[in-house]
Amino acid sequence: MIVQALAFYLFASVAIAAAVMVISARNPVHSVLFLILAFFNAAGLFVLMGAEFIAMILVVVYVGAVAVLFLFVVMMLDIGFTELRQGFLQYMPIGGLVGIVLLAELFMVAGSWLFAPQIGSTRAFPAPPPDQVTNTHALGNILYTDYIYLFQGAGMVLLVAMVGAIVLTLRARPGVRKQRIADQLGRRREDTIEIRKVQPGSGI
Amino acid sequence: MLEIGLSHYLTVAAILFTLGIFGIFLNRKNVIIILMSVELILLAVNINLVSFSVFLQDLAGQVFAMLVLTVAAAEAAIGLAIIVVYFRNRGTIAVEDINLMKG
Repeated sequence: MIVQALAFYLFASVAIAAAVMVISARNPVHSVLFLILAFFNAAGLFVLMGAEFIAMILVVVYVGAVAVLFLFVVMMLDIGFTELRQGFLQYMPIGGLVGIVLLAELFMVAGSWLFAPQIGSTRAFPAPPPDQVTNTHALGNILYTDYIYLFQGAGMVLLVAMVGAIVLTLRARPGVRKQRIADQLGRRREDTIEIRKVQPGSGI
Repeated sequence: MLEIGLSHYLTVAAILFTLGIFGIFLNRKNVIIILMSVELILLAVNINLVSFSVFLQDLAGQVFAMLVLTVAAAEAAIGLAIIVVYFRNRGTIAVEDINLMKG
């Protein structure tokens, strides 16, 4: 119990501190690295809750793909990031006001809710006891049966995103010499070889 | 205090969500930080979904969290692609310079 509480407070405090650093770091590369730290600690919170599959997906998808993508873009764009931060103090009061109001509203909501009494009977997919069926197994059992259309739809979303990203960023640059194998194989003898009758004593 | 319940996780998610909103307001000029703030907001949403799913012992919330994760990944890819194209065309990613479609 005490270990669980200590782990929770460790993960939660590091995640929140990393989130603060994400939005306030001077260098965007540091922001991305703190984002990775925040995601790792959120994954720790998920493991603590017993949702280990989501935790692993979070690490693989976010740290492995999204954060690396961010890092790549931040390092690829050659931008003077210092002048991008000039309005930082200017927007601080209004941003702080909005943040505080939002947090107060969230805590007001959090302080005054309760579960409906029939909540136990309205479960769509009751979680099996974790000592018999693991979280991953249970999730797979419903993801590939009841949620198969949503699963395929998620795949379509990813496919469209991939095609869209390629279409957006691909550009045909003029003046680049590339090997075009179809053109090479499509060459005909008549196009390339010309036979001339050369008279003796005169040039071509 | 030592008994970690649902409200603890919801508090963490609320703080992360607020930090995400705060980041959008604070970094009005830098689109990349704004995208990262959106990722923080989606992370807070995922924490909410998973914690309710665990504490109500209903697995549907975790499936939904995975779908949110998918959409977040797609959104990051498309957003970064747009940023790269925009930087290639205009040489800047400052938000107030993005007014080509204003007419």
